[in-house]
Order: sequence, then C-alpha cells, then structure tokens
Amino acid sequence: MKSLSTGDRAQEATRKPKSRFWGKMLQQRYLYLMSLPFVIWIFVFSYMPIWGWLMAFQNYKPKFGILNQKWVGFDQFIELFSDDRFYLVLRNTLGMSIMGLIVSFTVPVAFALLLNEIKGQFFKRSIQTISYLPHFVSWVVVAGIVTKMLSADGGAVNQLLMTLHLIDEPIQFMAKGEWFWSIVTASDMWKETGWNSIIFLAAMSGIDQEQYEAATVDGAGRFRKMWHITLPGIRTTFMVLFILSIGHLISIGFEKQFLLGNPLVIDYAEVLDLYALNYGINLSRYSYGTAIGIFNSVVSLILVFSANWIYKRVTKESVI
Amino acid sequence: MAGLKKRSMSDKAFDTSVYVLMAIVGIVTLYPFLNVLAISFNNSIDTVRGGITIFPREFTLDNYIKIFEFEGLMTGFKNSVLRTVLGTGIGVLAASMMAYTLSRTDFQARRWMSVIFAATMYFSGGLIPTYMLIRKLDLISTFWVYIIPAILSVWNVFVVRSYIDGLPIALQESGKIDGANDWTIFWKIILPLCQPVLATIALFIAVGHWNAWFDTYLYNSQRPEFTTLQYELMKVLQSTQASTNYRDPNSQQNIAAVSPESIKMAITIVVTVPILVVYPFLQKYFVKGMTLGAVKS
Repeated sequence: MKSLSTGDRAQEATRKPKSRFWGKMLQQRYLYLMSLPFVIWIFVFSYMPIWGWLMAFQNYKPKFGILNQKWVGFDQFIELFSDDRFYLVLRNTLGMSIMGLIVSFTVPVAFALLLNEIKGQFFKRSIQTISYLPHFVSWVVVAGIVTKMLSADGGAVNQLLMTLHLIDEPIQFMAKGEWFWSIVTASDMWKETGWNSIIFLAAMSGIDQEQYEAATVDGAGRFRKMWHITLPGIRTTFMVLFILSIGHLISIGFEKQFLLGNPLVIDYAEVLDLYALNYGINLSRYSYGTAIGIFNSVVSLILVFSANWIYKRVTKESVI
Repeated sequence: MAGLKKRSMSDKAFDTSVYVLMAIVGIVTLYPFLNVLAISFNNSIDTVRGGITIFPREFTLDNYIKIFEFEGLMTGFKNSVLRTVLGTGIGVLAASMMAYTLSRTDFQARRWMSVIFAATMYFSGGLIPTYMLIRKLDLISTFWVYIIPAILSVWNVFVVRSYIDGLPIALQESGKIDGANDWTIFWKIILPLCQPVLATIALFIAVGHWNAWFDTYLYNSQRPEFTTLQYELMKVLQSTQASTNYRDPNSQQNIAAVSPESIKMAITIVVTVPILVVYPFLQKYFVKGMTLGAVKS
C-alpha cells in the first residue's frame, strides 16, 4: 500500500489540484456508488424530520406546504408548558425511566457477577441461553404474558403469593395505577436482564486472570475478589453504557406503556411519546405533537452532554 | 489447615447458593413460556377452569387448527415473512456496503459521511415529524412503509465497520494488486470475511422486523391486506374476553369470543416460535457482535 500510494501521489502532483480531486473521485467511484444512496437515505429519514420541527412554530395544516403556514412563534410551547397533563406525563416518563435505569444497571451486573462464578460450563451456558430468550420475544407477546401472569383470576404471581400466605386475596395488578411503574420495570427486567449482562460478562472475561491468582495468594475470599477485582474491571464499560443511557432518560419510548396500559391506569401509564401520539396523530394537532417531540430531543441532548461533562470532570475521560 | 477447610466450606455454601439462585432465574424465565405452551395445547373450554401449569390437562390440537381458519392471521403471516426476508436482505447489504466505505481510510468522503451518520445517534426528529414525512412520501397504506424507512441502522453500520477494521489489511491490498476494483473487493473479499458479523446483524434486523407492530398500527391499520402477525396478535391480546372488538371482517366470526385463552396462547406460540428456533444457533455470533458494537460506541 505504501509504495502504491506514494506512486499515486507522485503522479498526481504533476496535475492541477482541482483535477486531482475529481480524479480521485473518479477513481473511487465504486465507493461513492456504495455509499451515496445511503447518505441520501439518511438525509431523508433522519435529517428531514428535523426540518419538520418548523411545524412546532406554526399552526400546521397538512393541505398547505410547510412554508405557507401561519406562524405562531412559541405559542405551542407555551400551551404545552401550561398544560397540567404535561407535568403528569413528564412525571410518569421520568419515574419509569429512572426506575428502569437503576434496575437495568444493577440487576444485569449482579447476574453477570454470579454467572461469572459458576464453573460448570454446561449449566452456565444453559442459563445464559435461557436468559437471552425473552429479549427476542416481541413486547406484544411479553405484555400478553405479563398480563396473564399477573391476572387476579388464577395468575401465577397471585397464586404464588397466596400459597406463601403473603396475601389473602388476589391483587388486581393491572387495574391499579400505583402498580403500573413497578410492572413496567419488572417486565423490562424479565425481558432484558440476560441480554444486558452479555456486555458485562464480556468485560469480565477480559480481566487478567493473574490478578485473581495474586489475590488468592494474598488470602482474599470470593466476595473480596468480586468486589476488588471483578467490579473495578467492568467499571469503564459500565460508565460508558450508563452515560449513553442517561441520554435516553426522557425518550424511553412508549411500547411497553402502550401495550401494558389500559384506561384504568392511564394516569400512571401515559408517557411523553404517548401524549405526543394522542395529540399529534389521533387528534391531528401536528404542531403541538411536534413541540412535544422537540422538548424530548432537546432535553435528551442536554442530559447526555451534561452526564458526559460530569464524567469528564471526575475521571478526565470522555465517552462521547 | 483448619482455616483452609473453613474457607472451602463457605466456598461450597457460596457455590450452592449461586447455583440455586441461577436455577431460580432460569425457572422464572422459562415458566411463562411453558405455561403458554401448555395452555395452547389444552382444550379451550377446559382452560376456563384454570389451574394449568406446564402440562396440558386435556390435550388437543384444535386451537392450532382453528387459528388457521383465520384470514387476518394468514395475511399477517405472509406479510411478516415477506418483510422479514426482504428487510433483512436489504438491511444487511446496506449496512455492510456503508460500513465498507466508511472503513476505507483513503476514501475521500469518509470524514463527512462518518460525521453525518454518527450525529444521528444523538437526536431524532420525533414521532410526529416522522409520521408527516412518511405521509408526504406517500408510504402510508403501502407494504413499502415496512421496508424503506428501515433500510439502514447506524448502529449496525458501526458494528460491521469495527469488524472490518479488525480484518488484516493485507487481504484488501492483495485484491488491489490483482487489479480488482472496490466493487469486486467488497463482494469477493470483504463480504465473505464478514460472515460472522453479518449473521449477527441479520439476526438483529430480522428480529426487529418480525417483532414490529407499531408501524402497522400507525400506517396500515386501515389496510387489512398489509397487516402483520404481531399487529394481529396485539389486537387479539388487547381485546378482553368481554369486549368483541376483534372481528374477522369477512366471516364475522369472533375469534376472541369463541375460545379466548387457549386460542390467544396458540397464536402467541405461532408468533414466537420462529425466532426462538433460530437464536440459540447464532448465540456465539451475537455475543461477539454485541461486544463489538459497545466497544465502538
């Protein structure tokens, strides 16, 4: 490669700079051919919607073009911030995402730690394979399973609690708003713990075995080794993933809430995206729905960059 | 000596509790699936009595036979298979082409293209602007709304790229010396070498397509000919036993009311099984792929 490129350069140096650019372009035409269609695609599907943000400053009516609309300035945002429902929805969003964040960063680590201690390869592999299973199942199915397991009418969870005499009569889990956040968090945990542990297990297998041997010689027990070697060994991986997740704190999606929720628990189930969906599409208030989306995006960006900034201050490293 | 023995005792206790705990995790994960499976094979009238755990009480195949009479499901099945096959083929090809060009350090446009792609990981236009875009592009009420907006995933591009970056550069150069152009190098050298990572993203893309329901709900709920399996299942599961909002428009036969529980579970199994038989075979690939993606990001 070295000799080839120096040859190219010597040849090109004789030409004018402008034709050198076009010459190289011609020479790399296949690379352009393989990438430009996707650059156009990403421009249309990821950048064009940003252009659509203009709608939030208008009173958008689909029959006119986006530039022939009535401009209303920040009216949509003012309306949004003065709607009581918005604050309820924001509370639900943050509540569920913080619970989700805590659970999705503690349980998979604990699971990986314990799995890492198992020496029987067959047992370890079986548990791993089983634990990945729910990740591949759709939320539609998981919501169906969760509803079934939690049903007051012979659901497994209620029956177990009754058998253990922890409760006297079945709990109407799906009909009680105060249970909703926990149900969403627990379903997420059931679905993704195994999957989220993959990355931590990989990080653990990268830890130098000599450290463990040295610790054993020094008389360290299993807990001490887990605490002083394994956990610090996955610290970087953990922090990177954690900071990236903070960016998603507010944009948690709505699939789980949509599928597990019902009219009885709507005051606890409605999250920002569902709110945007209801107003923006079902009620055709496109401008209002867009304003919600912008709020969502801007807060996410602020969150991820401030998390990174804090991390940088503390550790002098950057994730982004 | 005594200290050593004590430690091995506590070691044993520790090991045992870890095994027990992991076994419980395994059971908690598996039980719901076995329960669903048992109910799907149980006589639907008997199911109402409740109390079925992991074995059917009155074994029957009727539930599965019954769901085949159901037109919405058949159309949904066809569309789901079609979108999964087509979407995965296109998605894998798109991600690998893009990844290859971005991995070429001598590529003129590499810098700005990388920036354009990476930036999209930090923002999104949001639900409504995307909906309006799809509307403007006339993709609503078409099959293509499942394929075109999902052609590429930036995440997958970066996963494949970091895999290509790890390949020995000499292989590409040997192709160049033989006079092969970039197109040929991509097809003849890069693609075959990338098989493990392509298997990984193929699995991710296929699972995404197979499990998607919201695009059907949002864009094609008025068009029964473009329905998907997950969307049909969603409608069945969301309909409670009392309500009758799930009807086959053609036969006016109400599937949820005929035999709710067992039929629902049979549909759940039909929808779930195809992916469950595939993923264990790809495990060693996707575990690697996950690690690769995280390292890069």
